[in-house]
Amino acid sequence: MNKIFSRKPLRITLFALLLFALAFTATTVFAQDGVTDDEVNAIAKELYCPVCENTPLDVCPTEACRQWRELIRLQLSQGMTEEEIKQYFVDNYGARVLSEPPRTGLNWLIYILPPAMILAGAFILFRSFRAWTKPEVVEAGSGEERGEASSPAEVDDYVARFEEELKKRK
Amino acid sequence: MTETTIPKRGVPLWVQIIIWVFIAALLVLVGITLNKRQQGTVQPGDKIPDFTLPLFSGYEYEGKSEVKLSDFQGKVVVLNFWASWCKPCEQEAAELEEAWQFYKPGGQVIFLGADYVDTEPEARAYLKKFGITFANGPDMGTKISQMFRIRGVPETYFIDQTGELYYVKVGPFVSVNEIKSIVDQKLK
Repeated sequence: MNKIFSRKPLRITLFALLLFALAFTATTVFAQDGVTDDEVNAIAKELYCPVCENTPLDVCPTEACRQWRELIRLQLSQGMTEEEIKQYFVDNYGARVLSEPPRTGLNWLIYILPPAMILAGAFILFRSFRAWTKPEVVEAGSGEERGEASSPAEVDDYVARFEEELKKRK
Repeated sequence: MTETTIPKRGVPLWVQIIIWVFIAALLVLVGITLNKRQQGTVQPGDKIPDFTLPLFSGYEYEGKSEVKLSDFQGKVVVLNFWASWCKPCEQEAAELEEAWQFYKPGGQVIFLGADYVDTEPEARAYLKKFGITFANGPDMGTKISQMFRIRGVPETYFIDQTGELYYVKVGPFVSVNEIKSIVDQKLK
């Protein structure tokens, strides 16, 4: 019992430390004006700074990108919506900051061409496979239509006539 | 017995023509884009197309909130691309301002600052820090920098009285005299 009593202050201290740590974490996660890093990064990951090509804004380590993220945080704290913020960046830095090009003008090619090419490729493959599985050469005068499979009765008839012909020649 | 080859049913000729024309057009488009990208910055001797630079409040030119290159016909224009996040830009900021103060009374030379991919609060803090007073504004939509096909900052373009580019400085100036020696080439 004595041992348990002697550990009680230690437990209280640990509990207090835990509370302090949680409070500290909360204050770092909830940055200025109640805008979290996650909220900033949700928009930042869909933007690209022209200075650091191919690096999304949310993970870009440069000073320019840090400034942009702070600007997003400020705009969020001012009540701007995601669309409004993106439009601001497009107006100020050009459409190339967007991760997805706007669906206007020649940009449509990016959205239309790949699926169109895949469909065209699939169609060509389909036609080619079908052509390969069909006989292309038939004997004239056989009376058979090209590509039509012979029924067993027709084959039997053909074999019988073929044998008869052979017998005649003997 | 004779063998006959049955003709294959192919894609109609008009469809083939359309496909080939489309592929050719696509290749031309890709070629033009690649060629444009490989050209690099505009070269001395090139006539610079007119552009509009909106100006930060407090950094207007003769009360105008935006200026056009064509406004400065008959003057030498020193167009400097910079950004507040750009450390090498800081090396030349004081020199540019000093040069501007030198040429300002003569009225034959104009200094313009185009702030590239920057945020306004930081840009203003930078201008204040280095005591810059010449006309400065954001390169909205990075249109001007794309027109000049800049590769980074700082870059400075010297345009003569006829609107023709005559010198490109990539990187920071090392002294005021370097700026003066370039400007003076076009002053009588």
